[in-house]
Amino acid sequence: MALIELQNVTYHYPYVKSAALQDISCTIEEGKFYGIIGENGGGKTSLCNLLRGLIPHFYQGKLEGKVTIAGTDVMEWDTGKLAAKIGYVFQNPFTQISGIKETVFEEIAMGLENLGVPKKEMVDEVLRVMKLLNIEELMEKNPNALSGGQRQRVAFASILAMNSDILVIDEPTSQLDPQGTQDVFEIIQMLKASGKTIILVEHKIDLIARYCDEVIVMQGGRIVKQGPTAEVLSSPELPELGAVAPQVSQFGHAMAAAGMPLDHIPITIEEAIELIQKQKGAAK
Amino acid sequence: MSIELKNASFSYPGGFLANENLTLTIAPGERVAIVGQNGAGKTTCVKMMNGLHKPCDGDVLIDGENTRDFTAAHIARTVGYVFQNPDDQIFNQSVRKEIEYMPRYFKLPDEEIRRRVDRAVALTGLEKYMKKNPFDIPYPIRKFVTIAAVLATEPKYVIFDEPTAGQDKWGTEILEHLMDELEKDGIAVVTITHDMEFVARNFKRVVAMAHKNIIADGTAGEIFGNDAVVEESRILKPQLTILAESLGLPGQILTCEDLVTALTGLN
Ligand SMILES: Nc1ncnc2c1ncn2[C@@H]1O[C@H](COP(=O)(O)OP(=O)(O)OP(=O)(O)O)[C@@H](O)[C@H]1O
Ligand SMILES: Nc1ncnc2c1ncn2[C@@H]1O[C@H](COP(=O)(O)OP(=O)(O)O)[C@@H](O)[C@H]1O
Ligand SMILES: [Mg+2]
Ligand SMILES: [Mg+2]
Repeated sequence: MALIELQNVTYHYPYVKSAALQDISCTIEEGKFYGIIGENGGGKTSLCNLLRGLIPHFYQGKLEGKVTIAGTDVMEWDTGKLAAKIGYVFQNPFTQISGIKETVFEEIAMGLENLGVPKKEMVDEVLRVMKLLNIEELMEKNPNALSGGQRQRVAFASILAMNSDILVIDEPTSQLDPQGTQDVFEIIQMLKASGKTIILVEHKIDLIARYCDEVIVMQGGRIVKQGPTAEVLSSPELPELGAVAPQVSQFGHAMAAAGMPLDHIPITIEEAIELIQKQKGAAK
Repeated sequence: MSIELKNASFSYPGGFLANENLTLTIAPGERVAIVGQNGAGKTTCVKMMNGLHKPCDGDVLIDGENTRDFTAAHIARTVGYVFQNPDDQIFNQSVRKEIEYMPRYFKLPDEEIRRRVDRAVALTGLEKYMKKNPFDIPYPIRKFVTIAAVLATEPKYVIFDEPTAGQDKWGTEILEHLMDELEKDGIAVVTITHDMEFVARNFKRVVAMAHKNIIADGTAGEIFGNDAVVEESRILKPQLTILAESLGLPGQILTCEDLVTALTGLN
C-alpha cells in the first residue's frame, strides 16, 4: 500500500532562487526499507523534511505538486499527530541533543514525557532502547560530555523510544564506529520486521546494498534513479550520478575492465563469492 | 623531533579517566590513521597532542617541548587540530574571516595572509563559499572550512578528527588529494576515521584504540589481518579483504586493485 505519495513536487526554501527539490515523484510503500543516497547538496535532507511534513509545516517557502501521507494531503495533517506518526532522526547528531537535560536517561525519555506516557512504561522503554544501542553505561552521564559517536547513539535512541510507524533517518551512523554502524542497520532491519516503514539517508553504500529494499539516488534536487537495490547499485552510471558503488560492485566493474567479467555485477560479498566461484568453475 | 606521548593519561574534570598510559610517536611528515570504537578516547588523545588537554600523568612532548610548559595557543602553531564537531571551532561570521583569522592573529603581512588563505581554499575547494556565513552551509562543507582555517596556520603536524564523516564522493576525493599535497610539503597528518576503505586506500600506518588504550600500532595490513584487534577496537576489515579471505586468497588484500591483480594473476 502507498503510505506516502509524492507527485511532481517542486520546493523552494524561502528567499532561495533555485529549487531544493525539483519535480519529485515517488511512492513509499508500507513496510519497506528505502535508502536515499547521492551527493551532498543533492536534496536528500530536503526530501526527508518533505516526507516528514516539516516542509511545508515548519519550513515555509514555495511548495508545488501533491504530497499525500497515509491518504491525507500533507497540508491537512495536524503537526502534532504527524510528529507522532513519523519519527525523524536529524542529520547532525550535535544538534539533536536538547541541551536542557542533565542525564542521558532524561534526554532519551524526553519525547515520551512530552507524549504523556506513564512513568513505568517510559522507564521500561528507555531502558530497552539503551540496551539495544549499547549505551546503558552512559545513563547517568551529561549529554554534553559524550564522545561524537555516543551522542549519535543517544539521538537515535530518543527517536527509537517514540516507537512511530514511519522512521525518517538522516545519516544516523556518520560518527559511529564500523561495528556500531552495523548494529544500527541490524536494528533498522528489526524495525522493518516489526512492520515499520523506514526511509534512511546514508553514504555507507555497502550496508545499503545489504539491507535496503529500494534505493533512491538524488542529484541537483532531482531523483535521478530509483528502483530495487540491486538494479540501482549495480548500474555503471552510478558515479556520474554522484554516488559511490559498493566495493564489490566496483570490483565487478574492474574485473570486466581487466578482461575477466563476472556473470553480472555483484552488490554484496556473498554474491561476489558465488560469481567468482562460478567463473573459476567455468574456466576449468 | 616528533610528537611523543609518554605514558600519558588524561581524566576529565569530574574524574572520568579517558586515556590510560598512552605511548605513541608521530614523526614529522608521517601519515597515521587512528581508528577504534566510539568512546575509546581518540579525540581525547589527539587533544593532548595539541595541548588542548594537558596529561594528568605522563608527558606529551612536541619537538622536545613538554606541553605542560606551554599554552595551547603556542602549541597550535606547530600542531593544528581540526575539531570533530565543526561548530565547536567556528566563530566568525564569514568563511573568509574564519580562514583569515589565525594568520591575522599572527600579524603576518597581508601578502602572506593572502597566499596562505588562497592555498588553504584551493586545497579544500571552498572558492564558492567564501562570502557565506559558515553556519548557513551544509555540515560536510563546514568541516572543510575548519580544515582550511587550520591549514592557513601552516602547522608542521595536522590532526583531522573524523573528516570523512558524512562526506560524499567529492568530499572524500578532496580529502585524499589534500593529504597527498600535505605529504609533498612534508607535513605530518594524523586522521581519526571510522571509514575503513578510506584507511585501506590512504594509510600505511594505523593506530587502533579501545577502552582508553592504544591496543595496536602497525601497518594497515597488520591491523586488518589481526582478528583480535579488529574485534576489540570494533572496526571492520575492508570489504574486499573480507572477500579475499572468504576465497582463501593468500597475501594482504586491502583494495580493489590488490584483489583484481590476485585473481587475474592466477590465470
Ligand atoms: N567533557 C567530558 N567530560 C567527561 N567525559 C567525557 C568528556 N568528553 C568525553 N568524555 C568521555 O571520554 C571517553 C572518550 O571520549 P572521546 O571523545 O575521546 O572518544 P572518541 O574515541 O573520540 O569517540 P568517538 O569515535 O565517538 O568520537 C568517552 O567515554 C566519553 O564519554
Ligand atoms: N534550510 C534551508 N534553507 C535554504 N536552503 C536550504 C536549506 N536546507 C537545504 N537547503 C539547500 O537545498 C539544497 C539541498 O540540500 P540538502 O537537502 O541539505 O541536500 P543533502 O541532504 O543531499 O546534502 C542545497 O542547495 C541546500 O543549500
Ligand atoms: Mg543532508
Ligand atoms: Mg571523537
